[in-house]
Amino acid sequence: MRVALMVTCLNDAMFPDAGKAVVTLLRRLGVDVEFPAAQTCCGQPMVNTGYLDEAVPVVRSFVRAFEGYDAVVTPSGSCAGSARHQHSIVARRSGDPGLATAVAEISPRVHELSEFLVDVLGVEDVGASFPHAVTYHPTCHSLRMLGVGDRPERLLRAVRGLRLLDLPRAEECCGFGGTFALKNADTSVAMGADKARHVRESGAEVLVAGDSSCLMHIGGLLTRQRAGVRVMHLAEVLASTEGATRAGAAR
Amino acid sequence: MSRTFVGMPPFPTAARAALADTQLRANLAHATTTIRAKRAAVVAELDDWEALRLRAAAIKDDVLLHLDEHLVRLEESLTARGAVVHWARTAEEASEVVAQVARAHGVDEVVKVKSMATQEVELNEHLAAQGISAWETDLAELIVQLGDDLPSHILVPAIHRNRAEIRAIFEREMARVGRPAPADLTDDPVRLAEAARLHLREKFLRAKVGVSGANFAVADSGTLVVVESEGNGRMCLTLPEVLVSVVGIEKVVPTWTELDVFLTLLPRSSTGERMNPYTSTWSGVTPGDGPQEVHVVLLDNGRTRALADEVGRQALRCIRCSACLNVCPVYERTGGHAYGSVYPGPIGAILNPLLKGVGHDEQTDSLPYASSLCGACFEACPVRIDIPSVLVDLRAQVVDAHRSGVPKPEALAMRAAAAAFGSGGRLAAAEQASGLAGRALDALSSLTRRGRRAGGRRLVGRLPGPGAAWTDARDLPVPPRESFRAWWKRTDGGTR
Repeated sequence: MRVALMVTCLNDAMFPDAGKAVVTLLRRLGVDVEFPAAQTCCGQPMVNTGYLDEAVPVVRSFVRAFEGYDAVVTPSGSCAGSARHQHSIVARRSGDPGLATAVAEISPRVHELSEFLVDVLGVEDVGASFPHAVTYHPTCHSLRMLGVGDRPERLLRAVRGLRLLDLPRAEECCGFGGTFALKNADTSVAMGADKARHVRESGAEVLVAGDSSCLMHIGGLLTRQRAGVRVMHLAEVLASTEGATRAGAAR
Repeated sequence: MSRTFVGMPPFPTAARAALADTQLRANLAHATTTIRAKRAAVVAELDDWEALRLRAAAIKDDVLLHLDEHLVRLEESLTARGAVVHWARTAEEASEVVAQVARAHGVDEVVKVKSMATQEVELNEHLAAQGISAWETDLAELIVQLGDDLPSHILVPAIHRNRAEIRAIFEREMARVGRPAPADLTDDPVRLAEAARLHLREKFLRAKVGVSGANFAVADSGTLVVVESEGNGRMCLTLPEVLVSVVGIEKVVPTWTELDVFLTLLPRSSTGERMNPYTSTWSGVTPGDGPQEVHVVLLDNGRTRALADEVGRQALRCIRCSACLNVCPVYERTGGHAYGSVYPGPIGAILNPLLKGVGHDEQTDSLPYASSLCGACFEACPVRIDIPSVLVDLRAQVVDAHRSGVPKPEALAMRAAAAAFGSGGRLAAAEQASGLAGRALDALSSLTRRGRRAGGRRLVGRLPGPGAAWTDARDLPVPPRESFRAWWKRTDGGTR
């Protein structure tokens, strides 16, 4: 099975440790993951802001980068959702039947990390160790667009030493929402402030989620509030072992 | 009611004011949390909920596909049962039909059942301009009307008010338009309801003309259906001599068999009840029983426009339950007024642009962006309107409508991003620049005492200009010195 890592533009440019953690984790599980250097972005920032024409070259580059792979794994529910549910819209807009065919071919092979681990590899215990009190925020697109269900929690419960604490109103959006965070900054921050309050109420030392974008937003509020709770990508927790605990230094 | 939504600012501006109102935030959080829990409990009771949703969506889609035939059938049935059918293309035409009926009977007042269609066409303002008072008889609508306020929710238009505020409105305003509030009024809900009941009773008994909308219109029997909780609707529909109902053309269902599905879905989705207290149905005129002159105004006002929208037409499935408002994290914080329409919340964010068209005014164009696309609305919608997908499609329509003009900074940024994201090589170059910028920021912030870190990473504090939208309330990590792609290249995927 040829497996490609779709690291996402945000992780690539801002949170490379999340990408490195996926590589570490997958190698430990015996997957020889490749990184197609032609990859850029899934195009979601353009699509969700209404710039469909601008998304066409981005989806083209996505298709060029990932065609031929049996599976594409990505540490982002949102970007997986974009590839699976929005690329066909962009392909239709392009008027290019070749692009539509390529998208239809690749889209179903894109998996968010927890889906890939549980559904494709069939593992829940990834051999990780992370002796901390953790709470998990299910990001909206992983939850409602992909339907990952409790896969991330099942993975976290199998981690040695990890204490998983309930997050009040866990399924409520954190308010990131891509360009929503800028175009409607006040509302975004109001939603995020409530999420940050719930995170503090959970009593966790670490907030874990499967999307660096949401973590950047919630984490940005938590550090501004000097909350003393750090944020980590799910991949970073799952990549941690007794010998090498990642400290979430990237955020 | 003299206030309208005309001239409301775009959503972000209106939301900013609403977010600053702590009383409003508290009222909304309390109300939406309560109603969400009620809905969740009664929806969980039905093990075929998803099947019902699918059936309801299919029925509505089929009706919309053959809307012309169903409407003609409805007109025939209504006419055969003694109703007078009027067709209204616009809000103005619909309101004028009601005004004509009122004038024909020489009345200067009408009583109203809660109705979204009449709110949409601004009927009360149209009648007021002709010296005709329209009395709202739904408790929440009464609160809004007496307070010279605007509705902020489809089902509970006074959701933004708490009981202390309602008591103050009653004490201050009731005497101005009829029976005053009792002198010993408290903010106990039972006492407030009693005050409203006494105030409204004389209006019910006096009015010659009643005005309503309809939740459904059954084509084959010519039956209009109103679903309500308070009994005020039943009074307005039975006591006056004349009844005028303004009904959106998408409200038609073929037969009572289809109606059954919606009467199961609606109360559970809206009030969180298994069944609503009052369901009134009437088919034209019944001699010697109820209104003896019955008018039905079939309203377009942008609905055929929405119908022509391939992605957006699913919004016409809406049964105005407001489940999407109650679960929406944006609505919960901003309230309904920020949407600048009688249709607020997620459904309003798609319905208003679909009915009015985009590219004409900034307020309407701002609505499709008033969402984080979290998808909670789609999950709650009893007729499975994929609101996030419609929002995204409408955003594209907004952008396309402005493509010919001078490009905004946002459009230029998107073009630049499209160029960078068009190839891995160009992106690598851009990231190198951001890495350099990161190093510069890192060096710069290390010189100031205000530099902070999270983990080992330096944080950007408040930035000026466009960066302020993010950094006014949120920190931002300084870009890393090395991107993932540069790391992969340097270490051959971490192997050296």
